[in-house]
Amino acid sequence: MATIRIPPVLRPSVGGEREINADGDNVGEILRAVAVDHPGTESQLFGADGELNRYVNVYLNDEDVRVLDGLDTTVSTADTLVILPAMAGGAR
Amino acid sequence: MPTPNLRNRPCGGRYGDIIESIGHTPLIELKRLSPKPGVRIWAKLESRNPTGSVKDRVARALIQDAEDKGLIRPGQTILEPTSGNTGISLAMIASHKGYKLKVVMPDNVTPERTDLLRMYGAEIVYSEGSKGSNGAVEMALDMAEKDSSVYMPYQYGNEANPNAHYNGTALEILEELDEVSAFVAGLGTGGTLMGNGRRLKEELGDKVKIVAAEPMQGEPVQGLRSLDDGFIPPIIDISVLDRKIFVTNQDAIVWTRKLLDEEQLFVGVSTGAIARVAMRIAGELDEGNVVFIVADDGSKYFSSGIYTRPLEEIENLDSTVWW
Repeated sequence: MATIRIPPVLRPSVGGEREINADGDNVGEILRAVAVDHPGTESQLFGADGELNRYVNVYLNDEDVRVLDGLDTTVSTADTLVILPAMAGGAR
Repeated sequence: MPTPNLRNRPCGGRYGDIIESIGHTPLIELKRLSPKPGVRIWAKLESRNPTGSVKDRVARALIQDAEDKGLIRPGQTILEPTSGNTGISLAMIASHKGYKLKVVMPDNVTPERTDLLRMYGAEIVYSEGSKGSNGAVEMALDMAEKDSSVYMPYQYGNEANPNAHYNGTALEILEELDEVSAFVAGLGTGGTLMGNGRRLKEELGDKVKIVAAEPMQGEPVQGLRSLDDGFIPPIIDISVLDRKIFVTNQDAIVWTRKLLDEEQLFVGVSTGAIARVAMRIAGELDEGNVVFIVADDGSKYFSSGIYTRPLEEIENLDSTVWW
């Protein structure tokens, strides 16, 4: 099972947990499993088109999956998926 | 624009005023950090701009663009959301050219930034620190909507921002290096990565990898009510990027210190993060040049103690906007 790190803004939807686990071979499968276990996350994680919500960044360990293979990015059980809100950068 | 001045390289160039002197920054090889003989690491020292950051290029381009389009006149107020460097650059240029400047920034930035802004005569409006840069952007957009007399360059959505790099930084790099395997910069507005990325890919093809280092915002500055309150700068086209890697504040500071200890480079925290990612990419290569941007020097972060105190003694590591 991969580990998924949950940002503060999503924690109320997962019973306050900072980290959860879910099964799946790629990012899409894992996030859909999260949405099944925690229905409150579905509309936050996915857009109406079933793609990743544009304001959600998902990282395979520390790399943004959008520049890898998106929802098809392969995930192993040793990996951590980090979910973070899209935010404006700092010193700008 | 850089080419004529490059002829004057031995003395750093001759310029009509401080604004003209922006850019033309040195490219320094970091031999001690090179992971293997065929891989060379280069730091583009944007900290050598007049106010000490890469944002001098952007601020000059934003104001020049507004002047060219007839959008501002001397005496008018410029308004911009910024957590520091762009504000400082705009303040210097606005002061030189006779504009007033009002900046909106989070209340948890380091005090040096406030002092520098005041020094150049800018007015500061604070936004809620817990909302990070998003809060500053939101407040500035609201202020601009209510007051039509101000001009907001809006670096997050203004193509003059990436163009400053497309027509400046990238050309300077290409002037010095025939081959670039990877270009690494910080991701904030996206201007540095978009402008350099487009030009380098046009000139060198897809073999140059454009790599973004981004801050992993500490939880105290992730004060969003919903993910839909998130923000993606309109100038960002993610297809320009080949890799996008986050760096924690802790790792960024570790690498900031490493640059100082091993290469005697005195840089700000974002550059520590950028260097960390650059070194990772360098480790994956067999040969080639890796260029990374030194966004600013460390003078604006002195008060945090990061250069002199042990890491565990640094306060507010996660609640400070470092970059």
